[in-house]
Amino acid sequence: MARASSPQRRAVVTLAAWTAGFVIFFPILWTVLTSFKTEAEAIASPPSFLFFNWTVENYGEVMERSNYFRHFWNSVVISVGSTLLGLAIAIPAAWSMAFAPAKHTKDVLMWMLSTKMLPPVGVLIPIYLIFRDTGLLDTRIGLVIVMTLINLPIIVWMLYTYFKEIPGEILEASRMDGASLRAEILYVLTPMAVPGIASTLLLNVILAWNEAFWTLNLTAAKAAPLTAFIASYSSPEGLFYAKLSAASTMAIAPILILGWFSQKQLVRGLTFGAVK
Amino acid sequence: MTATMRALLGATALSFAGFALQAETLTIATVNNGDMIRMQKLTGDFTAKNPGIEVEWVTLEENVLRQRVTTDIATKGGQYDVMTIGTYEVPIWGKQGWLVSLNDLPASYDVDDLLPAIRGGLTVDGALYAAPFYGESSMVMYRTDLMEKAGLSMPDAPTWEFIADAARKMTDKSGEVYGICLRGKAGWGENMAFLTATANSFGARWFDMDWKPQFDSDAWKSTLSFYIDLMNDAGPPGAANNGFNENLALFQTGKCGMWIDATVAASFVTNPKDSTVADKVGFALAPDNGLGKRGNWLWAWSLAIPAGTQKADAAMKFVEWATSKEYLALVAANEGWANVPPGTRTSLYENPEYAKVPFAKMTLDSINSADPTNPTVDPVPYVGVQFVAIPEFQGIATAIGQQFSAALAGQTSVDDALANAQALATREMTKAGYIK
Repeated sequence: MARASSPQRRAVVTLAAWTAGFVIFFPILWTVLTSFKTEAEAIASPPSFLFFNWTVENYGEVMERSNYFRHFWNSVVISVGSTLLGLAIAIPAAWSMAFAPAKHTKDVLMWMLSTKMLPPVGVLIPIYLIFRDTGLLDTRIGLVIVMTLINLPIIVWMLYTYFKEIPGEILEASRMDGASLRAEILYVLTPMAVPGIASTLLLNVILAWNEAFWTLNLTAAKAAPLTAFIASYSSPEGLFYAKLSAASTMAIAPILILGWFSQKQLVRGLTFGAVK
Repeated sequence: MTATMRALLGATALSFAGFALQAETLTIATVNNGDMIRMQKLTGDFTAKNPGIEVEWVTLEENVLRQRVTTDIATKGGQYDVMTIGTYEVPIWGKQGWLVSLNDLPASYDVDDLLPAIRGGLTVDGALYAAPFYGESSMVMYRTDLMEKAGLSMPDAPTWEFIADAARKMTDKSGEVYGICLRGKAGWGENMAFLTATANSFGARWFDMDWKPQFDSDAWKSTLSFYIDLMNDAGPPGAANNGFNENLALFQTGKCGMWIDATVAASFVTNPKDSTVADKVGFALAPDNGLGKRGNWLWAWSLAIPAGTQKADAAMKFVEWATSKEYLALVAANEGWANVPPGTRTSLYENPEYAKVPFAKMTLDSINSADPTNPTVDPVPYVGVQFVAIPEFQGIATAIGQQFSAALAGQTSVDDALANAQALATREMTKAGYIK
């Protein structure tokens, strides 16, 4: 039986949800608003919320100074490439862990996760030297490899959790019907796990898009993605907040739009298996 | 020889010729500030004069850039052909053999025209390792109207006593006007740049001639006590979080009576587009205590060529172009004299057109009054005014900066902050092998 809720209670809950949503979204909103101010208005105290002279000159200046589309394209290649490569490795790995666990599967999963606990800067010099010697510095392929390796534990963990929710009997039935291992994964498991795979894909695209340590340290001019584009507008000596906000807005807009259109998939994937 | 053979040979020769004509691309790492962005816009002049050389820019925030280029040069990664580095890096990297010497610059470059204080900071064992793109010191920027209202007149070379008195008189906390804005945010290039330079004028020093830390000295105690008392009485609230940008915003919106910081700020606070007090700003030398040293620093963003580059000749041409007298004239022609990168060449300050820029003379006097090779009252074994040019300095100074910032925020006492600083510096210097 559904729990009875009074209109007042519903109104309070709705208001609380909107307030929480607004508080979380506020920094992004403020960045977008600042991007339309002049540098003087950006630092004005008290700040004006909506009543200022709206201008797009910051965007014009950013477009004139930087090659936005090159950074954008690098971000797309690195985030999408690393996620697809990661999924190609993680789907079979998660399958074996979920449906054919060995004695130490849990330990392997924990060990994989433990690699995320190391501060990245601890391995900067070894990775930099490997990249230098293999000619991967400032290349998109190099960053795709690094991003894949960094996000692989999360991809495997997420897929493992989703796969665990799928009854093993269905896969057994397909085997009884003569499906090969490849057919079992591709035509039986994957379609059933689409919501989980989709949310894993989206989350990892977002993680790779926002990653700012390796993308800044392993690139120079050619493979630098949007994180480097933002970093070029930050300055400890000089107030360039409006231009920095314009650059930030341009960098987050694509991923924000992607998230907006795929929020149904994301939520469905994240709550997949939560209710049996 | 058949016709086919001849055609093939011809095509091969052409492709070789094409290869030879292919443009050489220089990758230049630089910081995000007005002068550097102007240089990027003027790159066309360089490429027009040097056909066959293309330029690719990597602009990064100062701290990101420092981490990025240090990783690259220490591992000989070869990602950059020209790097923008400061007076802190040049002596250390030059000594390591990581930079190409610029001693072979042509006579037309007129290396003797570089300001001696700046040139001295970029020279290691007689060799110039970086060419200064712009130089800066620190000075007092003050509100002429508030000074007049307080019934005072700022001397060209004030003492700390005068500054403290004026700051307290100018303060009107109910009207949100604070007599003095100083850096409080922790960091070796933030509060420690200001406090190290200030300490020099109070007779303090980081190390004695045996590399023993000196934070237990009376001079350091009077420096820190003076700074914290003054900021408590006449500084803005939350000053422990304020760096250059926060103080710039406060000054530009009319909330600071005085601000002691980088000379480069002069062009910002006098720009009517961004500053509400543009026509009420005066300048003075950084204060002293009558001990022969002023509390101003010296910094130069400079262009250097990493030893690992394959394009040293083209890189040398670029460095020569960007730091030449002709470049200064080019900026003046395009953007006006006030926008010329300051603080590098004597000839610029002899130019009558440049002398009309309101902050030109004070910038030059500030730079000339700093001596990186002899920065303190008592002798020291190191080079650097607001830093100590050893690799360990960044880590130690940032940790000590946190102690001093905590003291400013009232979370710890001056005595405790100095005792912690002394213990911390002694431990690190012993570990690094300076103290036997």
